[in-house]
Amino acid sequence: MYVPARGPGGPTTPGTLLEVTGLRVVADGALSGPEVVLDGVDLRVAPGECIGVVGESGSGKSLAVRAVVGLLPDGTRTDGGSVRLRDQEILDLPPAARQARRGRGVALLMQNPFTMLHPQLTCGSQIADGLRPGAPGGPAVSGRRVRRAAERAEVARRLAEVGLAPETADRYPHELSGGMRQRVAVAAALAGDPDLLIADEPTTALDAANQRAVLGLLRRLQAGRGMGLVLITHDLRVAFSACDRVYVLYAGAVLEQGSPAELESDPRHPYTAGLLAAEPSVHERLPRLPAIAGSVPAPGRRPDGCPFADRCPHAAPVCATPGVLLRPLPHVPAPAAEGHQRLSACVRLAEIADRPGALKGGAPLPAAGPAKAAPADGAPAPVSGDPAVRTAAAPVPALLLEGVYRTFRSGAVRQAAARGVSLTVPQGRVTALVGESGSGKTTLARIAVGLETFDEGRVEVGGVALAPGRRPGHGERVRLAGQAQIVFQDPYSSLPPLRTVEATMREALAAAGQIRGASRRERAEWTRDRIGELLTQTGLPAGCATRRPAALSGGERQRVAVARALAVRPRLLVCDEVVSALDVSVQAQLLNLLTDLQRAEGFAVLFITHDLGVARQIADEVAVMYRGELVEQGAAADVLDRPRHAWTRRMLAALPPAAVGRPGPAIGPLGPGEQPLQ
Amino acid sequence: MTPPRSPGPGPANRPAPQRPWHVRLGAALPLRYVLRRLAGTAGLLAVLSAAVFALLRVAPGDPARTLLGTRSATPQALAAVRADHHLDDPVAEQYGRWLADALHGRLGTSIRTGQDVTAVLGDRLALSAQLVLLGFAVAVALGLPLGVLAGLRARRPADRAVQSLAVVTLSTPVFAGGLVLIYVFSLMLGWLPAYGPGSGGGGDRLLHLVLPAATLGLSVTAVLVKLTRAAVVRELAREHVTFALARGIPTRRVLIRYVLRGTVVPVSTGIGLVLAYLLAGTVMVEQVFALPGLGQLLVGSVTFKDVPVVQAEALLIAALVCLANLTTDLVHPLADPRLRTAAATAPADRDKGQA
Ligand SMILES: Nc1ncnc2c1ncn2[C@@H]1O[C@H](COP(=O)(O)OP(=O)(O)O)[C@@H](O)[C@H]1O
Ligand code: SF4
Ligand SMILES: [Mg+2]
Repeated sequence: MYVPARGPGGPTTPGTLLEVTGLRVVADGALSGPEVVLDGVDLRVAPGECIGVVGESGSGKSLAVRAVVGLLPDGTRTDGGSVRLRDQEILDLPPAARQARRGRGVALLMQNPFTMLHPQLTCGSQIADGLRPGAPGGPAVSGRRVRRAAERAEVARRLAEVGLAPETADRYPHELSGGMRQRVAVAAALAGDPDLLIADEPTTALDAANQRAVLGLLRRLQAGRGMGLVLITHDLRVAFSACDRVYVLYAGAVLEQGSPAELESDPRHPYTAGLLAAEPSVHERLPRLPAIAGSVPAPGRRPDGCPFADRCPHAAPVCATPGVLLRPLPHVPAPAAEGHQRLSACVRLAEIADRPGALKGGAPLPAAGPAKAAPADGAPAPVSGDPAVRTAAAPVPALLLEGVYRTFRSGAVRQAAARGVSLTVPQGRVTALVGESGSGKTTLARIAVGLETFDEGRVEVGGVALAPGRRPGHGERVRLAGQAQIVFQDPYSSLPPLRTVEATMREALAAAGQIRGASRRERAEWTRDRIGELLTQTGLPAGCATRRPAALSGGERQRVAVARALAVRPRLLVCDEVVSALDVSVQAQLLNLLTDLQRAEGFAVLFITHDLGVARQIADEVAVMYRGELVEQGAAADVLDRPRHAWTRRMLAALPPAAVGRPGPAIGPLGPGEQPLQ
Repeated sequence: MTPPRSPGPGPANRPAPQRPWHVRLGAALPLRYVLRRLAGTAGLLAVLSAAVFALLRVAPGDPARTLLGTRSATPQALAAVRADHHLDDPVAEQYGRWLADALHGRLGTSIRTGQDVTAVLGDRLALSAQLVLLGFAVAVALGLPLGVLAGLRARRPADRAVQSLAVVTLSTPVFAGGLVLIYVFSLMLGWLPAYGPGSGGGGDRLLHLVLPAATLGLSVTAVLVKLTRAAVVRELAREHVTFALARGIPTRRVLIRYVLRGTVVPVSTGIGLVLAYLLAGTVMVEQVFALPGLGQLLVGSVTFKDVPVVQAEALLIAALVCLANLTTDLVHPLADPRLRTAAATAPADRDKGQA
């Protein structure tokens, strides 16, 4: 079968719950006029089916689903296409009729459990608001007290459905943890018993344990209710582990469609292959992660023809011909189940699929052991080989923690964030600190750079000893700043929003007292040169210097944060979850950048992450933290291949197969000698 | 579609009956919090009273001369005033005595008229209070609905119209606005009296206060309109509003329960501020409409350097503003559970989003 015709009015397949055909969304920019954000998106969901929509942020996933439920944000509107819900076109319906359909026909669960619930209403009342009239507990039952009691009973039943205690009904959202809030939101979204639930990044804001739990919950509810489920995510592992069918969305267009198994083992679009390859494996450290260069183009700056062309390593002139459509794969016989057809939008598929190593089955890149990873192209080799020898030669470690304790008190609650932690980060090496959220990793990182006090123990940062129980004074802070710098998880909040990149960096240089030069002019010149050098080093265009954070993408902001930290040439760089807010392709770029910089400059890194694959990719040594204690420590390969502590074993066992079984580099679109067409 | 199959309320999952209202009120407004706010207000008043007391001392010239006013400053008279007001005692002692007197309602005698200040204030307080309350009613009755309307219709004609009107009222000086109202409603239409407090009972007083109250209220309505509009626009853009719509809650209900609910805290803060503006506004309005209220008294006393009266008035206004402030502080935790100080049950696990 060929792709469904674009535009409304195409025949619907019987038994389809949701059919989106050629959906177009435009944004009316204030200056630039209308810009096409979604350019013909096709999606189909059968009753009881779970489909996934994956793609980097900015691909248009959220806008697509908000267009489906008819709640596009201000400034955007649908501009053609068709959305049929149970064989009825809903784009033409008047607003009131659409509102009546929400909640029963389709409900949308949004990403952020911290903003999705009303802070001033109890959880129970927010669930009750969505109950259908006529349903038990719905507003149709007569008698106020009877109705109230019935409603409370129904809310308790709904809470039990998502695994929460009935008392939760009287709680306000801020009294609950993120995972619990997300469960309340799920119960609220299901209150009207929708045929179709659309979940937009439901697990992105949660930690790993809660991610798995909420995902499992959604799947269970979907199966139990026979409901359709659309799962939006930027995380391939999530989509592959939960969905029956996956759509790969990029820059407003669907590029590939297939089952998780097919997409994973046999991607049929360079973009999918690139995403898969960029995912770090927990079993193997690559000299470089095959990252997709560049970033998702903004709506106004997409290339004609294939939207992926400016990042695609296989791009050729033919790719620029407009009208790149999702089409069935050549050479692949149409399967029996029509819904499981493989589709790909790559026009050169026939040519590149035959090239060995292009999309599948290529020879893996040479694997490298963690300690002697091959130097990246052009980067100098690590300072020395054997860690023991180097430690003897440089007896002052970059960071030394000995028996560090830190307990937080809030009211009567005492929370031990660090319980006798002893950790040494040797000079010039990368140590990963892994552990679930709340295990005390961030506290330790903040202690190491003097942002947090500790109760007892010994902390030395490159020979600068910190005193327990108080914050470092001004002089100490200046010395500390020259030794250790930190980069935080959230690139959106860690840079001052009103300052240009240049001003931010100048400030960092001044704070460590490192600006050189005799005269004012000399100093200004020196600063400018140094900033230019840093921007080049971190792969940022020179034009960045005069921009403010809002004008940068997430990946660029994180690069700026790295550049700022490295401005003062610290001996220790502390990275606190620096890649966990980034897309996998940008994450790979940043990990490569950090590896290159570390090898070139030879500083030590304390890299905090909850992602074991990331730890494997970046670290020489791994330390595992669990409930405030360091439970395991050793060479990365030892800890991750032969874990001894139960928690490490459990984490490794819980990894979805996508991160484990896949031969990492086999499907890399960027071979060693291949450069993307820019 | 298939009905949902969710587990029934088992024994472990029976809903507890909702707690009675006084328990919930106690949880929302713990006694400790109320007491702390009261103590804070008292402290603030103490500081303000010290400032008011200092008025006399920092006024240029000899305090004794100031207190003598227009009477001839013979050495004997000066000495008498000094003794009377204990001007030779240490300043702290003077302040203590003055404060104790003020707390007992003894605010001294007016320099200008020789009357007891408490009595002078008492007459005028009633009139000014009526004026402020009516003006407040006008501002709230106009400002809130118009602000909500503008917010809901943001960037559309209705919004533009409301905003333009708001700018006009905001940029019209009170005396000009008052004169326009007098011209239209008293002179042209003859519906309402133009000035004076009226001589008859309540009805007559009310008639006489309509124009002054409208003038006073309109002068601050724009502030409320803008505040309310901004709050509504902000609330409309919240993700929880989209989520409420996305799960099928009727639009009206979403507007009232989700959008307006969220505006209570910012708008009530604004209302508290507006009350303070209204008190200050009486000065001008009472001049324009020839109302013998506190505002007029203040103007007279300041021009006449009638320090005891000015002090008493300043103290009264400070107390009222503090009271308005206290009320907002007590309303906030009722409106927004996040502002409650009672240590909530600590979340069991922390998440990435917060860390
Ligand atoms: N309200 C809006 N007005 C204009 N453009 C928007 C708006 N919201 C999103 N966009 C644009 O639409 C594109 C897709 O955004 P979004 O759907 O949020 O992507 P995703 O959910 O895949 O991260 C982005 O390039 C973004 O700039
Ligand atoms: S080969 Fe051409 S059509 Fe295929 S993904 Fe690359 S740029 Fe797009
Ligand atoms: Mg999104």
